[in-house]
Amino acid sequence: MDLFIHQVLAGLATGAIYACMALAVVMIYQAIDHFNFAQGEMAMFSTFIAWQLMQWGFPYWAAFFVTIGISFAAGVLIERAIFRPIHDAPILSHVVIFIALFVIINSFAGFIWEFTIKAFPSPFGTKPVLGEGLLSAHDAGMMAVVGIVLLLLYGFFRYTRIGLAMRAAAANPDSAKLVGVRVGWMLALGWGMAAAIGAVAGMMIAPVVFLEPNMMLSILLYGFAGAVVGGLTSPVGAVLGGFSVGVVENLAGTFIPYFGSEMKLSIALALIVAVLMVRPSGIFGRKVVTRV
Amino acid sequence: MKTDTPTAMLDAQDNASSNAGMWRLLIALGLLAFLIGLPLLSKNFFVFQLTLAMVYAIAILGLNLLTGFNGQFSLGHGAFYAIGAYTAAILMDQGGISYIWTIPAAGMICFVAGFLFGLPALRLEGTYLALATFALAVAMPQILKFSPLEHWTGGVQGIVILKPDAPFGLPISQDQWLYYFTLVTLILMFAFAYNLVGSRTGRAMKAIRDNPTAAKAMGINLSLFKSLTFGVSALYVGVAGALSAIVVQFVAPDSFTFALSVILFVGLVVGGVGWIPGAFFGALFILFVPHFAEGISKGLAGAVYGIMLILLIFIMPSGAAGLLKLLLDRFAIVRRLIEGLSGRKR
Repeated sequence: MDLFIHQVLAGLATGAIYACMALAVVMIYQAIDHFNFAQGEMAMFSTFIAWQLMQWGFPYWAAFFVTIGISFAAGVLIERAIFRPIHDAPILSHVVIFIALFVIINSFAGFIWEFTIKAFPSPFGTKPVLGEGLLSAHDAGMMAVVGIVLLLLYGFFRYTRIGLAMRAAAANPDSAKLVGVRVGWMLALGWGMAAAIGAVAGMMIAPVVFLEPNMMLSILLYGFAGAVVGGLTSPVGAVLGGFSVGVVENLAGTFIPYFGSEMKLSIALALIVAVLMVRPSGIFGRKVVTRV
Repeated sequence: MKTDTPTAMLDAQDNASSNAGMWRLLIALGLLAFLIGLPLLSKNFFVFQLTLAMVYAIAILGLNLLTGFNGQFSLGHGAFYAIGAYTAAILMDQGGISYIWTIPAAGMICFVAGFLFGLPALRLEGTYLALATFALAVAMPQILKFSPLEHWTGGVQGIVILKPDAPFGLPISQDQWLYYFTLVTLILMFAFAYNLVGSRTGRAMKAIRDNPTAAKAMGINLSLFKSLTFGVSALYVGVAGALSAIVVQFVAPDSFTFALSVILFVGLVVGGVGWIPGAFFGALFILFVPHFAEGISKGLAGAVYGIMLILLIFIMPSGAAGLLKLLLDRFAIVRRLIEGLSGRKR
């Protein structure tokens, strides 16, 4: 039983990482209706910017907020410069652009900062809070940050005019345009917010997995898995989904011989397929109804 | 002479279409002669690259059957490529089976694998299917490294196989022989694809792509045809994988990462979705453009490649197919103009 509780807590700690990523994935999905395969690389690049700022002598929190600002601007810029001109191109072309962004960002990060592994500081310290090696202060801090981001998002979408406009633009672009919502700019705003959340996720994840250009590769998959499990239409679901993926992964690694330790990614795959088969819209997602 | 009576016009049309058919035949024959002659005049490495391009073309064609003609997305066909390659390698390495027979075997195994994966996956639409297949592609290297399977797969080390010699004592090198072997497979696969797309089954596939609800109302069994298409598409990619194992003489888990699926997907979009010959353009692009990008800048090869990709999508959003269509349309307009002018003069 002790081992079980231990593993659940450890799972929650890794789950917090996936929850961060899943939240960013769902945000961009809400705004643009596609999966952004470059999301992980964008987060990685933002984290490098924060690292660079700290190397230049910025204190942690200053670097944190400046990075969020820069990422937001960069997200808006990407939408304006690259996606606006091909707005009417087929979806497949969009996916190719995501892939292109992926290699471009990865290549530039490697070129500027090289592929060596770098340590990234944690603002919460690494002392254990709940017994030896169970839950570190950083893990707890990370969960708190995810909670705060979630609350802010909820407040933004629920109580502000611009949040309402963004939801309208995503749900029904044509009608939104008719009532005076500037749909194009709402898209850009969605990109900016997704990039900013990605930056937060990256900066929270980096102290655990270390900073290097390929750090996000497998985390992105777990993030997708979390988002799908929770439901792509629900930020709360995505966060809970991320946590549950972390817990399942850890428990499987401990209690299923052979399989768990070597096939972690395959477990994420099995989880995605299983949830999609039983409940295609995710556990917390709304079912999207389309008119025939 | 009066030429605008209905029958005369029909005749003219008939002539035109048979002319077009004739032209098409001539072009195909010329292309074939060119492809047969090419390896006799070039270096072994270039022959090897061309063989690889044809292998990619088969894989992209398989992906095109799924995406272009059935409207399903897959970002995970690298996994079936891996299954095909491993089937061929294991059969040759452990079963001592001739390389020729590994190709149909790989095709059948991949067909079954694709059909089984497609069965649950067909419940998913668009993005969700892309996601499930994405996960499959990412998980594949891990499955291949899985230690209880190591006896067959060779674990991280992979399997090394020997290149077959040309049969009947033909005076050509191994690379040249494999080139011809791949060329014959390629022609068979393309012929099959053309016939499939034009058949009753092909029309059902396209109907599902264009309007699933209407297709269902016409009595098409959606789930059956979608899984079948997924299976056939996996079969093509598996055959390509088996060929690649034989041509490269080596399989290892890390040659079949998610990047491979992405490369195939890029080839599909660059060549043109839903246009069968597009596979050739796509294959040439994914084989030669990365080398070209590396030639421009070693450190930033990825960035150069990505920027070229973005520019390409900007210039021709629907791939080589779209560009060709545009050019032909322009050409047709010019021709009509000329005809109109000369007609007026007369």
